[in-house]
Amino acid sequence: MAAKPKVATASLAGCFGCHMSILDIDERILDLIELIDFDKSPIDDLKEFTGRCAIGLIEGGCCNEENVRNLIEFRKHCDLLISVGECAICGGIPALRNTLPLQECFDEAYKHGPTVYNPSGQYPNDPDLPLILNKVYPCHEVVKIDYHLQGCPPSADTIWAALTALLTGKPVQLPYELIKYD
Amino acid sequence: MSAQGAAHIKAICKAAGNDPARLMDIAIAVQKQLGAVSDTAIDLIATHLKIPRVDVDSLVTFYAFFSKTPKGRVIIRLCNDVVDQMNGAAEVAAALETELGIRFGETSPDGAISLEYAPCIGLSDQAPAALINDVPVTHLDSGKARHLAQLLKREGTQARLVKTFGDGNNAHDLIRSMVVNNIRETGPVILAPYTSGSGLKKALALSPAEVIRDIKTSRLRGRGGAGFPTGMKWDFTRQAGGDQRFIICNADEGEPGTFKDRVLMTECPDLIFEGMTIAGYAVGAAEGIFYLRAEYAYLEKFLTAILTQRRKAGQLGQTICGKAGFHFDIRLQMGAGAYVCGEETALISSCEGRRGDPKNRPPFPAQKGYKGCPTSVNNAETLCCVARILECGPGWFAAMGTKGSAGTKLLSISGDCARPGVYEVPFGVKVSDLLKKVGADHTAAIQVGGPSGRMIGPKEFNRIICYDDLSTGGSFILFNKGRNVVDIARQFMDFFVEESCGYCTPCRVGNVLLRNKLVEILAGHGALEDLAYLEELGRTTKLASRCGLGQTSPNPVLSTLENFRPAYEALFKKSRGHEPVLANFDLQAALSQGSILAGRASSIFTPVNGSQP
Amino acid sequence: MSETFDFTLDGATVTAQSGETIMQAADRAGIYIPRLCAHKELHPFGACRICTVLVNGRPQSSCTQPAAPGIVVENDTEALRNVRKSLVEMLFVEGNHYCMFCEKSGLCELQALGYRFGLLAPRYPYQFPKREMDASHPDIFVDRNRCVQCARCVRASRELDHKTVFEFSGRGAHKAIAVNADARLADTDVNGTDRAIDVCPVGCLLRKRYGFRTPIGQRKYDHQPIGSDIEAGHPPAAVNG
Repeated sequence: MAAKPKVATASLAGCFGCHMSILDIDERILDLIELIDFDKSPIDDLKEFTGRCAIGLIEGGCCNEENVRNLIEFRKHCDLLISVGECAICGGIPALRNTLPLQECFDEAYKHGPTVYNPSGQYPNDPDLPLILNKVYPCHEVVKIDYHLQGCPPSADTIWAALTALLTGKPVQLPYELIKYD
Repeated sequence: MSAQGAAHIKAICKAAGNDPARLMDIAIAVQKQLGAVSDTAIDLIATHLKIPRVDVDSLVTFYAFFSKTPKGRVIIRLCNDVVDQMNGAAEVAAALETELGIRFGETSPDGAISLEYAPCIGLSDQAPAALINDVPVTHLDSGKARHLAQLLKREGTQARLVKTFGDGNNAHDLIRSMVVNNIRETGPVILAPYTSGSGLKKALALSPAEVIRDIKTSRLRGRGGAGFPTGMKWDFTRQAGGDQRFIICNADEGEPGTFKDRVLMTECPDLIFEGMTIAGYAVGAAEGIFYLRAEYAYLEKFLTAILTQRRKAGQLGQTICGKAGFHFDIRLQMGAGAYVCGEETALISSCEGRRGDPKNRPPFPAQKGYKGCPTSVNNAETLCCVARILECGPGWFAAMGTKGSAGTKLLSISGDCARPGVYEVPFGVKVSDLLKKVGADHTAAIQVGGPSGRMIGPKEFNRIICYDDLSTGGSFILFNKGRNVVDIARQFMDFFVEESCGYCTPCRVGNVLLRNKLVEILAGHGALEDLAYLEELGRTTKLASRCGLGQTSPNPVLSTLENFRPAYEALFKKSRGHEPVLANFDLQAALSQGSILAGRASSIFTPVNGSQP
Repeated sequence: MSETFDFTLDGATVTAQSGETIMQAADRAGIYIPRLCAHKELHPFGACRICTVLVNGRPQSSCTQPAAPGIVVENDTEALRNVRKSLVEMLFVEGNHYCMFCEKSGLCELQALGYRFGLLAPRYPYQFPKREMDASHPDIFVDRNRCVQCARCVRASRELDHKTVFEFSGRGAHKAIAVNADARLADTDVNGTDRAIDVCPVGCLLRKRYGFRTPIGQRKYDHQPIGSDIEAGHPPAAVNG
């Protein structure tokens, strides 16, 4: 039996809601497992790529340098890269900060916010913390993205329809009711 | 606001008859008197005029020369158009900032001086130039700029700024400006000797229909750029219903590189006003409006005096030149800094005391224009031709120029050449001959027709200036080899972003996107796909925009892509590092603020070969 | 009975009544021309340009352009579909549109146009502008992040409510909806029942305490694309009588 195509997934600056929606395909996940193997993904907790993947699913936009590195890795390892959900496509909720200067966001989050207790007045700055980007970027503004699945999150039906089409070599043609931005 | 300020506003509104249609004049007067049209002033104006305050607010926030917050008693507006930049506007700007201790966009703490940029003040032939309140200063350099700043700091007024005057009427008692005409070549039609009243008298000996017939016979077409036959426009206006009609003279040249109307207003105001009067007679109008852009406010007193003189001479007012039943007068309408008002329906909106938003067409102004009445809007140069055609006959005029383009054309020449200025040439001149005439030996590119026109390269220098070949409003900006055409296109797009009225989606958004993409490319973050992106975006903006501004604003991008593609391609980098990150994504810029806040460089992404990835 | 005449729309013969715009005639013929700023009860404005058609080859906004005998109108062509989709994309990137928490989602005409055109991601970069919000009024929210500058509120306030609550301020990219008060909507004579609030095609003007009343799955554009009513032969009432 030929090796099954591999699918990798990642959540960048997202809420894992899109991953929940992937799992929400319910019993169809059994069919999916017949079709594919999961590679690097929070679903199987695989931290590194084990090889070339047919499809990468990206949830979330790029809010920090770690997100960018991760996205680059996905682009390098995946034949097709899919932005899944509003955050990957337009920045989503994390991008609400994009209209404010970064310093103002930091001050609100770490100094002046009503629930903040921070007598030293310092921002968290462990060397292991990735640098934050000046704004949150949609994935397709950072690397080439092949498909976009809209929704917050995209419905399980949408994800299922797109995956099965791609895995069987058909074009992704979503019916009207599967394109939703909310 | 002080009681005195409120009293000023009340008096200003009263002087304008508390007429909402005069809102432009009222706001201009308030800005001048109080240094701002503040929210309180807006409330007061609205109360006096009995109109919603938001309507006043809407107008005040539209025009660049109005400000809700107080500006300095002296406002320095340095022109930063392409030609001024080529001639050292940046050094002038730096000298002004240093000497005044404020940045552009700021007002000195004592409220004495504000420093601003202006996108076009009609002085590209004597750049770099600036307006000090209403007073133009020309041929600036950093030394002159320092002296200027010192004088303004010392005296607090522009009153004693100008010591030597320009040629011709620039030295007139009511102008007293250092501006020079730079008339390099006169022609038989416009810049020729003219006896005031001669065209008008001949017109009044004819019936209005015969005047229109003569204009049609002369084959005169609009000189603003669109080239619509003037006689036909008048005919439409005359035949439209209603008992009130209007003539509007469009002298609102606001496009960088265009300054012929400045020279016409300085040297031939009689000819323009006479053309307007003849137009009024022909279409059956009793009122004409002369729209004077705010940048040319230094000509206001002079033009007003010419109008008074014409009234005294019986050439304006009741029973003009003794012609029973022909009454016509002209009022000056000041603008307040909005290029889009050069679009005829926006011009009408502005004359009506509104935001300079273009109107939907149809109805066309000839059917429903100013205050809903049939209106003929004609370019100042066109009206000059009118007076001469009536004086010398349509056959005389039609014999000049080419088959489809009768008469002569005023050209505004600026940029890289020995003799910038105004040239009156017969239609049919070849571009290469023009270049010889103006002393341009190393021309690599010409922006024809101002920013909204096209940038042409040497392969088009054999084209003929006329409506059927290289049609233009008359502006030629010349660029030598070595000028960065992509950056020039970017500067033109900055202009359109600034000047779009914002009414329709493609112009409001499309121009911003076009400009931003050029900025990316110029910063070394372009990719080959961007050229297709620019082409498609430019075409969409042109096709879908509501008025001439958006229908032409992508031209600098599209024509440079067409004629100077290698200039774009030269800006694309072969290798970038951090592949597969897209060229457009500026990773180092994206990291810059976070890096400053954290006080450390990225440990993941190091700059590739010291260059930007 | 008013005079009628024929013109051609995408090859079909459409009968128009004198005085009708191309859009009105098309609506009656069951042909949908996509639109955003046009509203059946308001004077045409011609701002969004989504209804751009080619009339004898020349682009015109069909909401403002009168129908005329014999004209040849192109509407549903690939080139125009692309232009319209571009315009919708421009509106999406120009503002801050977060459908996931917008009360108008499912009822929003901008979103519905995105759905109809199968818009998955805009080709233009998001601008993330800073826009003002106004929650001062007890019954109405103003969220300019979502404004598409259609001027429906401007027109409805004048034409239907006989007030002047809204008007534009600024120009170009700085153009924004202003209210007839120093700053706050609460200081105007607007009323929670004003039609100016109803006609907003997006979530810029919203009635407070009305959000999410229609369950997901039952909202106007959940199942049927915008324009379906016209295509089904149920055109909106004639514009401006």
